[in-house]
Amino acid sequence: MNWVKNNLGKWVLSWPPLVYLVLFFLVPTTIMFVAAFRFPGEFGGLAPMYNIEDGKLVWDLTLENFQRLFEEPLYWQLFLKSAGYATVTTLSCIAMGYPLAWLIARSPKKYRDLLLLLVILPFWSNFLIRIYAWMIILGPASAFTRAVNVVVTSLGFEPVQLLFTPFAVIVGMVYVHLPFMVLPLYANLEKHDLALLDAAQDLGASAWQRFWKVTWPLSLPGVFAGSALVFIPALGMFAIPDILGGTDSIMIGNLIKQQILDTRDWPFGSVLSIMLTGGVLLMAALGAVLARRGKRG
Amino acid sequence: MAKKPSWWLWAAAVITYLFLYLPLVIVVVFSFNDSKLNAEWVGFTTHWYTQLFQNEKMLTAAGNSLMIGIVSSLFSTVFGTLAGVALSKYKLRLLPFLVLTPIAIPEILMGVSLVIFYVLVNQMIGILELGMSTIILSHIAFCIGFVAIVVRARMQGMDESLVEAARDLGATPLQAFRLVTLPLIMPGIIAGALMAFTLSIDDFVITFFTAGAGASTLPLEIYSMIKIAVTPEVNAVSSLLMLLTLVLIVIASRVSPSALRTNG
Repeated sequence: MNWVKNNLGKWVLSWPPLVYLVLFFLVPTTIMFVAAFRFPGEFGGLAPMYNIEDGKLVWDLTLENFQRLFEEPLYWQLFLKSAGYATVTTLSCIAMGYPLAWLIARSPKKYRDLLLLLVILPFWSNFLIRIYAWMIILGPASAFTRAVNVVVTSLGFEPVQLLFTPFAVIVGMVYVHLPFMVLPLYANLEKHDLALLDAAQDLGASAWQRFWKVTWPLSLPGVFAGSALVFIPALGMFAIPDILGGTDSIMIGNLIKQQILDTRDWPFGSVLSIMLTGGVLLMAALGAVLARRGKRG
Repeated sequence: MAKKPSWWLWAAAVITYLFLYLPLVIVVVFSFNDSKLNAEWVGFTTHWYTQLFQNEKMLTAAGNSLMIGIVSSLFSTVFGTLAGVALSKYKLRLLPFLVLTPIAIPEILMGVSLVIFYVLVNQMIGILELGMSTIILSHIAFCIGFVAIVVRARMQGMDESLVEAARDLGATPLQAFRLVTLPLIMPGIIAGALMAFTLSIDDFVITFFTAGAGASTLPLEIYSMIKIAVTPEVNAVSSLLMLLTLVLIVIASRVSPSALRTNG
């Protein structure tokens, strides 16, 4: 009786969300994993998991969907390409986000919240609208594209197309993910002890040495945290390649969407989703290890 | 003291801020442009807004989005608050995993698993046909985590001795929760609810998978408009949606810090 009394609060609080998330997150995810081992149904979807033959239960599961993935190099190339896009996006976010995070961390306290808010604010406007904005800017008739082409042709090259290229996909991905890089970087840089920089200066370190030998190593946990927050969603992206990219710019997310919604080959779509999950877990584990090492060193 | 930020750091920051805001400004500016093309400024017009308000499909989608946003933020706030309080008070095993994972994985994974789940359940027992209900159920699932994080943060900033004082004065655990804990964490709950509402209104990926042919939302309409033919009507609806989000943020920032000042 006492046990019930002591744990009543815990049960009342945790059961409703627990039951909901088991039903609408854990169970669906489990079904997706099982679906990867089944045959596709005749009209899409899934074939039965077992048959009753002569009164006996016969399991009807297969590894064929995984085989297909390993046998067709095109799918592997698509995974590698998606990882490439996500990597370039992450590096670009570091290059753009680092100076900004640094400046915010070093500016007077009363402006910091405002400067941070200005970074987050665009993030709160709809994701599609932000991608769509780049459709306007990179479109063939836009002032930006024409200006770029004036420069390009004056240098003696053929005019370039910006929209529906891998370049446009990267720009869109960097735009959407930049706040995820700036916030953890800021949180890290803001805590640095500036006396360390003074000490380095007294010992004769140049500005570059002060950054490379002091600030950068100390900021690595922030860099890794930000990289995980950018890389993971970027890896599974399908809307940005769909809207800003051409047919050559599709990513793994586009293939998953096509298999699940258009072709309705759920088993293969599930296999691809599982591989994507695997990639995400791998990156998360790597990020955690690197962040810990960065903290120690 | 270390030196102040150098000029090139300022320059880099200004360029990045321009990079962040110029696209949004362009969308708003072109929503008032009297040209079918999003290329050059021709003249001022509110034509695209009037056209938008006569677009049946858009209005229906906006109504759907609003409905889904309200219902799913209500439920996810209740579940998320319970989860947030539970996470901060007790050592739990499964709940932290279930609350945090949906936030950490790419959205597409949740979309894929949910659509398979709904269709299978529908085939077996005939409920959960893809449409409004499945969108709402999915939005609740992915918003719980965000609400829980905000509420947990608020709980951790709370002075536990206030609850103990209430208990010493004879309050039952339920009374202590309702009269002391709940008012103290209310700003966190409201902030979480607004966050859930915004996330729901804005969500594209999970909605795209779980909507079926049964229902459309604003992001789905915007997506199909972008895919088929880009007209300045998209600029108009985008500008309005931005305005709505801005209003919500202002409300949230008013609710949270003022309450922070009086209570903590």
